[in-house]
Amino acid sequence: MSIGERPITLVDTTLRDGSHAVRHQFTEDQIRSIASGLDSAGIPIVEVTHGDGLGGSSLQYGFSLLEEGAMLRAGAASLERARLAVLLLPGIGTHVELEQALEIGASVVRVATHCTEADISPQHIAMTREAGATAVGFLMMAHMLPPAELAVQAKLMASYGAQVVYVTDSAGAMLPRDAAERVRALRDALDPSVEVGFHGHNNLGCAVANSLAAVEEGATWIDGALAGFGAGAGNTATEVVAAALDRAGADLGSVKLFQLMDVAEERARPLLPSSTTTSRSALMLGYAGVYSSFLLHAYRAADRYGLSAAEILSELGRRKMVGGQEDMIIDVALEMAQARKG
Amino acid sequence: MTNADAAARVAIVGSGNIGTDLMYKIERNPVLEVAAMVGIDPASEGLARARDRGYRTFDTGAKALEDILDEFDIVMEATSAGAHEANAPLYEAWGKVAIDLTPAALGPYVVPVVNLTEHVGAPNVNMITCGGQATIPMVAALGRVAPVRYAEIVATISSRSAGPGTRANIDEFTHTTARGIEQVGGAERGKAIIILNPAKPYLIMRDTVHALLAEEPDPDAVYAAVAEMAAEVRRYVPGYRLKRDPVVEGERVTVLLEVEGSGDYLPPFAGNLDIMTAAATRVAELWAMSGARAPREERA
Repeated sequence: MSIGERPITLVDTTLRDGSHAVRHQFTEDQIRSIASGLDSAGIPIVEVTHGDGLGGSSLQYGFSLLEEGAMLRAGAASLERARLAVLLLPGIGTHVELEQALEIGASVVRVATHCTEADISPQHIAMTREAGATAVGFLMMAHMLPPAELAVQAKLMASYGAQVVYVTDSAGAMLPRDAAERVRALRDALDPSVEVGFHGHNNLGCAVANSLAAVEEGATWIDGALAGFGAGAGNTATEVVAAALDRAGADLGSVKLFQLMDVAEERARPLLPSSTTTSRSALMLGYAGVYSSFLLHAYRAADRYGLSAAEILSELGRRKMVGGQEDMIIDVALEMAQARKG
Repeated sequence: MTNADAAARVAIVGSGNIGTDLMYKIERNPVLEVAAMVGIDPASEGLARARDRGYRTFDTGAKALEDILDEFDIVMEATSAGAHEANAPLYEAWGKVAIDLTPAALGPYVVPVVNLTEHVGAPNVNMITCGGQATIPMVAALGRVAPVRYAEIVATISSRSAGPGTRANIDEFTHTTARGIEQVGGAERGKAIIILNPAKPYLIMRDTVHALLAEEPDPDAVYAAVAEMAAEVRRYVPGYRLKRDPVVEGERVTVLLEVEGSGDYLPPFAGNLDIMTAAATRVAELWAMSGARAPREERA
């Protein structure tokens, strides 16, 4: 498959995955400003949720500034053409939060599991389809599973009703070849009516290159966040991947590139904290294959116990922690601090 | 049948992992004995093991117990919520006590170290969830130090130890556990998170309790309350431990736990399954010792 054969759906997740960068503290005005900017720049899908998905507001992941309903309503009210997406991790969010999101107007639901655990997603995928919304399966930490095994999990999600299945590089640990092999395996295994997506993080500086490699292998849904917002070193920058895909000859549909660049520069970049960059710790996430959302939690634990965040993250990688295990950052930090003393 | 005089006789309904592990725990218990095991699959490994050990087995579902009503006192149900909902009226009509290990939750929630004495006479009690059994004692312990405004638990289990029932109905875990944190743990508001991790070697169950107390606690009082409760739980789950000292930051407390199973039928990493069967066995044991059942002569 070559770039340009099938239209690309760009999904912006500044207001979901991007919210890790601001510890889930986006204000209603910021949500309105970014969502309406994305809408007028022709981005077809805008995701708004706590960084850890519906129900993610917690002591474990950090409380959101806004109630979930308020966040979603601010997003929904700002979109004229774009569809509102939400993320749900079964085990964190439940049908209660999903029902509310669907009522408010979410019409794309991304159901995310660790890459080996697709079979915890059928309830929420089915609910999404019953409501007439688009169901997307999201296989997280996909670098941890070889392509053929990942394809088996993708087929499970498709069998539950997922219309798109993502190779999700939550740790920003993939190289272009890794992204390409996984997308190809999914493309080969899935019915042609099921689309394949790619979600990247820039911890190894490869997010845009990985997205291009994914599209070359048939991925048609690509995620980004404006101006490098996101967990870890940031997600694939939406405006950068849009420009690169445009140069590569991709059909980006309604997306207006220059307007998108303006929204990134004028509305998102001023809000971006300096901690979202390819720091030593963010780089360690990619190198050690650690869930990008751990970054700011690791900084906090490092401060509290007088450790380096990079060494905490490297140990978490060694222990093969998966997404959502933020409590283990405290656990590892306590153990390291104790070892220092002892 | 070595302890026939002292024993309460248990019919195990469900011949999967949980039912089979229950069998070993019950036969080791001095005041309990296995009366029968019921399944629905003639080829099930659990039924084969029960037969090998000389127990009566049925492969046609709970209704089969109707033929041996004077041979058991308690039913322990390790099937699914749907099956328990269908079976519970039978147990009630038969006048048998039911200990429910499914998420059906028809009867009151029970955590042995927290509220069992309140429900020892109840005809049907529910064991909540593995995450609930592991964490609710800690929520209750914190409640002895100061009122708990909010408690949130994170249960991380090995992917290997999560069965198809849990996987297909994961919302039941989060809901039931959250309600248990409130109703039994005493938190004003509860939340539960479950995470599956496929790492090899398989991870031992980890549980974390995050709580916000109504006032800033004395850290020493927190340590003492939590350590005392952990010792209580260890009486029936020997591998239950505080992994680190609790972290106290103002009104926020974090308790880090590890639950290693005793490896009866299920491997030790599956502490999540073990804590359910151990807690349920403890409930049956206390019921047997409470004298709530009729003396043996009268039953004959």
